Amino acid sequence: MAVQLLKERYASEVGTVVLGATKEQGGTRSVSLTVGGEAALPFQHYEGSIPNRPIIAIEVTDVEPNWPEPLKEALGDVIKDPVAWAKKCVDEWGADAIYVKLDGADPDGANRTPEECAKTVKDILAAVGVPLIVVGCGDVEKDHEVMVKVAEETAGEKLLMGVAEQENYKSLVAACLGNGHSVIARSPLDINICKQLNILISEMNMPTDRIVIDPMIAGLGYGIEYGYSIMERGRMGALQGDKMLAMPMICTVGFEAWRAKEAWASEADFPGWGAQKDRGPAWEAMTAAALLQAGANILCMRHPQAVKAVKKNIEQLMETK
Amino acid sequence: MGLTGLAIFKELPKKNCGECGVPTCLAFAMALAAGKASLESCPYVTEEAKEALGSASAPPIKLIKVGAGDSKVVELGDETVMFRHDKTFYHPTGIAFEVEDTLDEGALAARLEQINGLEFDRVGLHYTVDLVAIKNTSGNADTYANVVKKVADNTKLALILMSDDSAAMEKALEIVTARKPLVYAATADNYEAMTAVAKKYEAPLAVKGANLDELEDVVNKVVALGHKDLVIDPGSRETVEVLKDLTQIRRMSIKKKFRPFGYPVIAFTTETDPMDEVLQAQVYVSKYASLVVMKTVEKQFVLPLLSWRQNLYTDPQKPIQVESKIYEIGAVNENSPVYITTNFSLSYYSVEGEVEASKIPSYIIPIDTDGTSVLTAWAAGKFGGDRIAEVMKELGIEQKVSHRNVVIPGYVAVIAAKLKEESGWNVIVGPREAAGISAFARANFS
Ligand code: SF4
Repeated sequence: MAVQLLKERYASEVGTVVLGATKEQGGTRSVSLTVGGEAALPFQHYEGSIPNRPIIAIEVTDVEPNWPEPLKEALGDVIKDPVAWAKKCVDEWGADAIYVKLDGADPDGANRTPEECAKTVKDILAAVGVPLIVVGCGDVEKDHEVMVKVAEETAGEKLLMGVAEQENYKSLVAACLGNGHSVIARSPLDINICKQLNILISEMNMPTDRIVIDPMIAGLGYGIEYGYSIMERGRMGALQGDKMLAMPMICTVGFEAWRAKEAWASEADFPGWGAQKDRGPAWEAMTAAALLQAGANILCMRHPQAVKAVKKNIEQLMETK
Repeated sequence: MGLTGLAIFKELPKKNCGECGVPTCLAFAMALAAGKASLESCPYVTEEAKEALGSASAPPIKLIKVGAGDSKVVELGDETVMFRHDKTFYHPTGIAFEVEDTLDEGALAARLEQINGLEFDRVGLHYTVDLVAIKNTSGNADTYANVVKKVADNTKLALILMSDDSAAMEKALEIVTARKPLVYAATADNYEAMTAVAKKYEAPLAVKGANLDELEDVVNKVVALGHKDLVIDPGSRETVEVLKDLTQIRRMSIKKKFRPFGYPVIAFTTETDPMDEVLQAQVYVSKYASLVVMKTVEKQFVLPLLSWRQNLYTDPQKPIQVESKIYEIGAVNENSPVYITTNFSLSYYSVEGEVEASKIPSYIIPIDTDGTSVLTAWAAGKFGGDRIAEVMKELGIEQKVSHRNVVIPGYVAVIAAKLKEESGWNVIVGPREAAGISAFARANFS
């Protein structure tokens, strides 16, 4: 007797967002990428179409990052030069996109001007053909100026820019809207705030296919299960027809994973945890792969070895007969 | 298929004594129908009723125990939901490590030592692995029995015996029967002999099909032979196929109470690179495997996998907490800074990690907030200035330091005045996120 598969019928599907614009589309990217669009739970291909694979954006900072030593060692000298770094991400490490973090804008740090920040972004655009995701330094005031400038200077490139939060989303959304970019809407582990923020952004006439949700995951071992469950609930909401939860999801995997001492602590300090050299990337890769099972569409990552392993995991999960 | 609450009610003793844990027989019947209670809770139910209600009252996925005696006992199955946010997951995926009977003495001893050593301490928790799966690669029954004995003598972990040959299985099982190992596996070709062996030694039995259809068929045949302590293997080995089968099995057993699939499921990794292998294992841990058999025994790869398993199986309703006391980070002295946080394990360990990273020895005092995070605790009135002042006094932090400065999380800056008033200490508002502590500490205390 043949077993009857129990397929769910969903009312709707996840929305799509296009990253990057090619020449024909008004930008300079050699490729544009579509994320989202799945009509089933993650990788359940037999029950609905999953047209686009999750993508990996490798993180690049405009000033040398203050990251754990073992991570910096693995990346090498390029971390001193964002352009060379971005090129290496694409040419050698297989980045689908570059996730540019403009830490240099930080008033307590290098305090770079909006013009300088915009120049870095443009230099990276000139050096690589993949789409860019660009976020500010985290200082609300400064990010206003910086992101508006970056948005203007790169009009038409269809960047994905972040981050819009509930208390301050207007200036970033307006800048994205006016210059043909898309926006990251970040909400702190709360499905209602997530939805509310998407509504607010939509009310500014931003089309839903230019919004990506950042559910603010926590790291592996440090509360990742909260984000995982929020993502699963959000994804179920999307499939059941809630348009304001239906945007693709982006996860700051590298940032979260490398905060954990399990990723960077030396074997001398924690002999029971195994060799640091593989433990760091394994910690990051595990974080990313777990979130794929909850529906992540864009993974922002750091370590080349972790990227390689997660790419393989994605390939296997996207295999259809 | 499931009975209605009323149909079940008819069979109950109608004493309304409440010994089953709910006040009336009717309420108990409803709980049974919903799969939220077990018939065993009623001491008065008759044998006839048990027979009639057997299938209706059984949980959607049977609880199977592997292991016995003073060795490890692993509980598998008995899950009730598809998503952890629907309630919780109960029985963490058992992680098993493969050992082949072709290993020479030295290699076998070394591998067992590695497997036995897979224990980890992090964030106040202790992680362990669960089973050793011994594979009859040699195809020789005596070799196999010999290696099984050696493994059993040298590990406290639970055992899985893997052989297609029922004679080899019996020989090995005879030796370790007291350990109640999992017998792997009954297939379409050997199920009669394999079921007889498993029954004879009362060992749980894995049933393997070439696909879901064959699996159903073989399970039914094995059950008809009278063995019901089963673990099932749908036979798929490609990641995406396994994910599909595991999802279907879970869904059919939970949503349809499809009996042939109402057992814990075993999955096997196939990737050879350790990093690829743990990511593959992760897929199966995330989505519904009750057992995963893998090869990598290197700690740096196993630790992230066990961390993920622990995270996934944390009860969403019961946050993990740390004890409310004075924690000393590094070589503290009377000048060391004092930090306040909540006793929600993740809040505490995030702060601890950052304080450690700052390399400035410090005290941390987690306040008992029933395991809620800073903002939630504050909103619920469990993290006010008066309460924190009280705890600081009770724990006697003033005897430990000569200064009177205390750091509170940035999110609760509003309680600073009250805390100062109640404690007489100078209150410093720290960063909002733990991530900022390291930089904050270096700026303020070095
Ligand atoms: S224990 Fe049995 S008899 Fe007593 S109330 Fe419960 S179901 Fe009824």
